[in-house]
Amino acid sequence: MNADYLSSLIAVVVLGLIAYAGVAMAGLNGFFGVFVPYLALVLFVIGFTRRVLGWAGSAVPFRIPTTCGQEKSLPWIKQAKIDNPSTKTGVVLRMFFEVLLFRSLFRNTRATLNENGRLSYKWVLWLWAFALMFHYCFLLVVLRHLRFFTEPVPGFVKMLEGVDGMLQIGLPVMRISGVLLLVAATLLLLRRILLPKVRYISRPADYFPLFLIIGIAGTGIFMRYFTKVDVVKIKELTMGLATFHPAMVQDGIGALFYSHLFLVSILLAYIPNSKLMHMGGVFLSPTRNLANNSRAVRHINPWNHPVKVHTYEEYEDDFREKMIEAGLPVEKE
Amino acid sequence: MVDIPKPEELIKKTDTPLPSKRWENIPADLSPGKFCYPTKQKSLEYLDLPTPGREWSPADEEWPLPENWQEIIHEGFKERLEKYRSLKVFMDICVRCGACADKCHFFIGTGDPKNMPVVRAELLRSIYRNDFTTAGKILGKIAGARKLTPAVIKEWFSYFYQCTECRRCSVFCPYGIDTAEITMMARELLTLVGLNINWILEPAANCFRTGNHLGIQPHAFKEMIDFYCDDIEEVTGIRIDPSFNRKGAEILFITPSGDYFADPGIYTMMGYLLLFEHIGLDYTLSTYASEGGNFGLFTSADMVKRLNAKMYIEAKRLGVKWILGGECGHMWRVIHQYMDTLNGPADFLEAPVSPITGTKFENAASTKMVHIMEFTADLIKHDKLKIDPSRNDNKVVTFHDGCNPSRGMGLLEEPRYVIKNVCNNFYEMPENTIREQTFCCGSGAGLNTEEIMELRMRGGLPRANAVKYVHDKFGVNLLACICAIDRASLPPLMNYWVPDVGVTGVHELVGNALVMDGEIERTSDLRFEPLNDETPEGNKGEADE
Repeated sequence: MNADYLSSLIAVVVLGLIAYAGVAMAGLNGFFGVFVPYLALVLFVIGFTRRVLGWAGSAVPFRIPTTCGQEKSLPWIKQAKIDNPSTKTGVVLRMFFEVLLFRSLFRNTRATLNENGRLSYKWVLWLWAFALMFHYCFLLVVLRHLRFFTEPVPGFVKMLEGVDGMLQIGLPVMRISGVLLLVAATLLLLRRILLPKVRYISRPADYFPLFLIIGIAGTGIFMRYFTKVDVVKIKELTMGLATFHPAMVQDGIGALFYSHLFLVSILLAYIPNSKLMHMGGVFLSPTRNLANNSRAVRHINPWNHPVKVHTYEEYEDDFREKMIEAGLPVEKE
Repeated sequence: MVDIPKPEELIKKTDTPLPSKRWENIPADLSPGKFCYPTKQKSLEYLDLPTPGREWSPADEEWPLPENWQEIIHEGFKERLEKYRSLKVFMDICVRCGACADKCHFFIGTGDPKNMPVVRAELLRSIYRNDFTTAGKILGKIAGARKLTPAVIKEWFSYFYQCTECRRCSVFCPYGIDTAEITMMARELLTLVGLNINWILEPAANCFRTGNHLGIQPHAFKEMIDFYCDDIEEVTGIRIDPSFNRKGAEILFITPSGDYFADPGIYTMMGYLLLFEHIGLDYTLSTYASEGGNFGLFTSADMVKRLNAKMYIEAKRLGVKWILGGECGHMWRVIHQYMDTLNGPADFLEAPVSPITGTKFENAASTKMVHIMEFTADLIKHDKLKIDPSRNDNKVVTFHDGCNPSRGMGLLEEPRYVIKNVCNNFYEMPENTIREQTFCCGSGAGLNTEEIMELRMRGGLPRANAVKYVHDKFGVNLLACICAIDRASLPPLMNYWVPDVGVTGVHELVGNALVMDGEIERTSDLRFEPLNDETPEGNKGEADE
């Protein structure tokens, strides 16, 4: 047992219970249904924007791509145009593979030392697979939830739902993405808890968001398949939020819904203050989003200040006699 | 000097389980043999850098920090967060997925969790969170923040001088977080309070004054080159008479000082000289810009600029058309990714064109500096060299990609093309240990110093282990490289882990294979070692075609 993940787990459970109790016992529907979500949204938008502007405001003094393949050099040498791009198109492709397919994670290996003292490196794709599954399921779930904030529901949302529900197991139609999100988040969590190296580097800031997302997915799935909350009333509430005419839906929505919504609100507000900002930062990473053409095109450093250099004249003054003696040409005899 | 364990004992010690204590609660081990010696006062003073005010040792309990050291670090950190987007983004977005953990040669070789790139960065991040983030200020430890204490400074000194800025972790990071960038920033911060290491800054001070890291003065530089020309004459019968500081030469050739100072770099130097003679290149060497390398890169961006400035200053003074650069790793990181930005634009030079083949080096059009591997590969492709690869037949060669040419440039095929043309026996090491996944020699970024020999042997383990694999499997007996630090650091590494393997620069192999006009029959290679006399005569003829 480890205090880092236990404390994170407890924090998420307590947060869920606060909202549950707040609504079920104190009738704070308005607080948890309207005030908190709006507050969270404001914190998210302001926090996220500030972070991104903060990064964008910092200079990029040097062109420092990590080159992961052959450079563009002589015409007969095949360049790795994506892993070592020299053009904007190349960079766009590199970023495409990085952001959408986790290219770098796809390279992952595991180093092991065998009994004969030989190191070997095995290609391991688990982290890549879990991460991909987690992020895409999350995206699908978010997009599907647009159903609650739009009227009429856009065609692409319905289409996604259709695809997502292909594996129909009983009623209501099972949405694969939600279940897989829960599974993927749990796998990522287990990875943190079970692999010694990853456990060693993991801190509450790593466990908390995972438990939070597991809590969100868990409450969502529970509502959909087990407690059967009143979706029509929920939509009334969410449409009210979306149109800035918050409706005070007093009853008919189970308290569990407010736990779900509260955890989502916490997540939103938490994102700008956490590592989850990688969703924005990945686009701004100078080792990935720059072309490796720094010898062909001069990169400008906005703060390139003058420095003290040792001039040739100073050098010759130091060594003139020795240079003359050695027959080396000098500027001043 | 501290004795180091035997290889068979050391390798067992690399696979240690992780400590039960959190890394935050483990103080840095600064016992003798575990740290690099700090910079001597005179070098710091010569470079106008902050000094600690007295001689000191990292083993001391009390370090000579200036009174307001915390403020200096805080302000320095703040300034760098504004000056480097890389730093700011890398401080914020790591998710600690652990993909980098076992990609670091120092982690593989030491098992020390603080050598996982993620934790190395956390050493800095924890202070960043405390000083610059809302979450860190409010939640403190829970948000992974900690206060800047003397113990943290000691830890920084220990672990940011246990990183060779090789960028291997950056290849595997889903956000491209580059520990080299983080180490550079940490070393800049340490330098602000007078803490850095002698093996970096004494050469930097030398370089500032004499033009090269080793402090070789102009007349001595000329003498050394003349001496190698004598050796070349003895082996080939050809007398080469290179020019120095000659105005009006077409090309200025700059190579790291290791190439004219120490074995085996000097044989690479002979290779260059033979090549230039062979093609009749109009070039000159400079005593003022007599260093390709740049230990500023291991100190600060300002120091990079101060030391690098000589290249363009000299090229302009001599009126050359463009610059050709020798085999070196970090030198090429600087030239490729920093030089033009810091000291350009080099509008007094011309876009480089090979005078022999007419090839335009379009990838170097702005910086106007060409890597000798690009230059030589182009010569061979255009069939401009008379080569007898059989002269290298007693050598079974593998190639070590330098960290910087591979991950800070992408110079992967050129050296292989050249090697395959001048040698008949070439074998690659396993694929996870070469090209962009290459392993560091374990001594880069200024760590090639004697007092940390055990750490270097540990850090070099993954590289040596891969060499051992091809040595056992294919009988490889020579490790070729294109980096002067490698030529200095790989021989002791090989000697320790794979004693039967030697180290060479690629142009040494070129020099051996070049058939010079009017040369005498070669009976030995550039090291005066006999050529393989078992080679049948017929083979030589075939190889010439």
